[in-house]
Amino acid sequence: MTNFNSIDLVYINKHLLPPSFQKTESARVNDNLKVSFPTGGSAAFAAGIPALHGRLIVQRFRNLDRRSLFVGMRFLCLSLSFLLASLPAMSADVKILNVSYDPTRELYTEINDLFADHYKSRTGVNVTFEQSHGGSSKQARSVIDGLKADVVTLGAGWDITAIERSGLIKPGWQEKLPYNSSPYTSTVGFLVRKGNPKNIKDWNDLTRPDVQVIVPNPKTGAAARWAFLALWGATAKAKTHDLSSLAGLKESQAAARSAKDFPIYQNAEARATIEKFYNNNVPVLDTGARGATVTFAQKQLGDVLLNWENELWLALDEFGKDKFDIVYPSSSILGEPPVAVVDEVVDKKGTRDVAEAYLKYLYTPEAQEVVAQLHYRPRDVETLKKYSADLPPIPLFTIDETFGGWEKAQAAFFAEGALFDQIYRPAK
Amino acid sequence: MSGAPAKSLVSGASGKPAPPNRPLVRRVLIATTVAFLTLFIVIPVVNVFAQAFSKGIDAYVSVFQAPSQPKDAQLSLVERRKLTAARGQAEKTWSSIRLTIGIAAVVVPLNIVFGLAAAWSVTKFRFGGRSLLIALIDLPFSVSPVIAGLIFVLLLGRNGVFGDWATHVTWPDPFSLHWRGFAEDWWPLEFTQSYTGIIFTPFAIVLASIFVTFPFVARSLISLMETQGSDEEVAALSLGASGWRTFWKITLPNVKWALLYGVILSTARAFGEFGAVSVVSGHIDSNDTMPLRIEKLWNEYNNQAAFSVASLLALLAVVTLIVQLIVERQTGKDEMRHTEGEGIP
Repeated sequence: MTNFNSIDLVYINKHLLPPSFQKTESARVNDNLKVSFPTGGSAAFAAGIPALHGRLIVQRFRNLDRRSLFVGMRFLCLSLSFLLASLPAMSADVKILNVSYDPTRELYTEINDLFADHYKSRTGVNVTFEQSHGGSSKQARSVIDGLKADVVTLGAGWDITAIERSGLIKPGWQEKLPYNSSPYTSTVGFLVRKGNPKNIKDWNDLTRPDVQVIVPNPKTGAAARWAFLALWGATAKAKTHDLSSLAGLKESQAAARSAKDFPIYQNAEARATIEKFYNNNVPVLDTGARGATVTFAQKQLGDVLLNWENELWLALDEFGKDKFDIVYPSSSILGEPPVAVVDEVVDKKGTRDVAEAYLKYLYTPEAQEVVAQLHYRPRDVETLKKYSADLPPIPLFTIDETFGGWEKAQAAFFAEGALFDQIYRPAK
Repeated sequence: MSGAPAKSLVSGASGKPAPPNRPLVRRVLIATTVAFLTLFIVIPVVNVFAQAFSKGIDAYVSVFQAPSQPKDAQLSLVERRKLTAARGQAEKTWSSIRLTIGIAAVVVPLNIVFGLAAAWSVTKFRFGGRSLLIALIDLPFSVSPVIAGLIFVLLLGRNGVFGDWATHVTWPDPFSLHWRGFAEDWWPLEFTQSYTGIIFTPFAIVLASIFVTFPFVARSLISLMETQGSDEEVAALSLGASGWRTFWKITLPNVKWALLYGVILSTARAFGEFGAVSVVSGHIDSNDTMPLRIEKLWNEYNNQAAFSVASLLALLAVVTLIVQLIVERQTGKDEMRHTEGEGIP
């Protein structure tokens, strides 16, 4: 632990960040990272074994000719090679596994390349990335079952909380990084067939009897939960903010901190709307965001797709702007996909420094630029303004202010036997 | 002489002409079979190739080999991004092909050993629990592959039965073995990569593949060895041949075509298995076998690339079909010879 290199991270929206992030953060990278090779005990052990083996073999085969001895030596070499192999591999590379949800594959492919260059130029360490993508809850499940993720970047806070409960992530992860540990956001919008033949403009159009809505299952998908909360909040007229301005951001953060009780859970109109919506307007519940997009765009089912804003844009990019239109409702929810370092894994692998630097890098202007180019909403207000043609500022409400955070929302709506199970009657 | 009536029965069956005066029934049956096969086999396979080549031969090739960057051209950000992405995709596709072949190279030899041992034991010996053993060999046929994968997660996962051991064990990546030379040490070989843990690594994929493929060799051997009986082995042993010699000179030559048949089936299954492998792969890109890669490409809206990789698997299926035909003909000959041989006292 003698040589320290430092990485300077320039943070976005500096004056809004909590004090611990105000100063230019420098992440320490120690030289031990480069070569992770155990010294002392195991090396002596490795040296001792062949000596012992050698003597035994010589004793046993004393009367045999040199060729037999040679065979013995070869056997010994083999055993040694297995011994060597059982030690951690020596390399100057650090490998990071990022376990993420469905739609972010393109996003992290790009950010990973940028970060690898950035980190290499600052510290000389080669970082290579492995990616794993799937439904948010399914991915959390895999991490709990032993998938060795250095960082998780999932669709909803609840899924990281599930990992925290298994003991892999230390409590308090959400306060370690700014903005609820979500370096970018998204929202829930509508994708309709070109020209909007059913004239779908806002949330109340979704419960019209002639409208069929494609939306994933809130029990399994993160996007689906955000869509559920968006419909509930919009129906109950939750308090919204203009999050494209610094003033609006500040206002919503303060409101979230001071929010104490949440009468929205008792809103009868919202409950009735949700019940009507999932039972009458939703023909099929896909398990994840990408599955729902495929159902709507490729299988041509339904009149409107309810999904992450970035999924809607991807559908436009992939299938052509002449096939679909994006419709923004009058208000929606701020979807915050959070990121976290998996403490137990990085401590065991010795990759904590890289993993933390990686997550912090997501907040830098370079990364925020890529975020915006791929139609996620950057946290940086300047970048958001630059891309406001694609990411129009619409009034948004937050889960913390409106629903009191994921813990409460999960328990009230999506847990086993909670509201969604009570109202949803699939076999009619 | 139990062989004699059997022989006359065989020759009688093959010598008899087709049932007379029922051309309508015959035609309807043939038409039904052909229609069924066309609908469920021929059309989908043709469609796979049609989709794979839908954007031309260049697009097909580019799935496996991304175009190199033109040297002098000034590329825009979008173009450069596309090129990098295409290269990454081709790399991942190759990695999936390598892994699939590697997995089959480990799984199939193990299947041969296991299949021979299992078939030998249940057909040449009579012992208590024999039918239970046969039922157990067939078990993977009746277990859903997803469940097979989950079994391993529940056994070897972090909270599994062997979780503590299985998540910390370190093993070398056999494909990383390379020649280091004598400069550093007197032992010239070294593994450069190692894995920690079993679940969500290629090791788990091997385990899951073994689970779903092991009945194939055993099954194809058992039926043949059952009909062959153990007379020849008994004769060899009574003439003083050792166990090994009997195995190499009598048993193995007798079943070689059936063994090859089983090997082909289990190879095809090892290449094509999706459910079990999907569960234990952890969706990490480097753990993708070809079927997993196809699913990912499909989910990325990259239909043409998905079908191109699928066409490789379809090609393998066609090769399997041809080899299977040859082998079946040979097995038929073997059995015929065997039946005829039984007639000689």
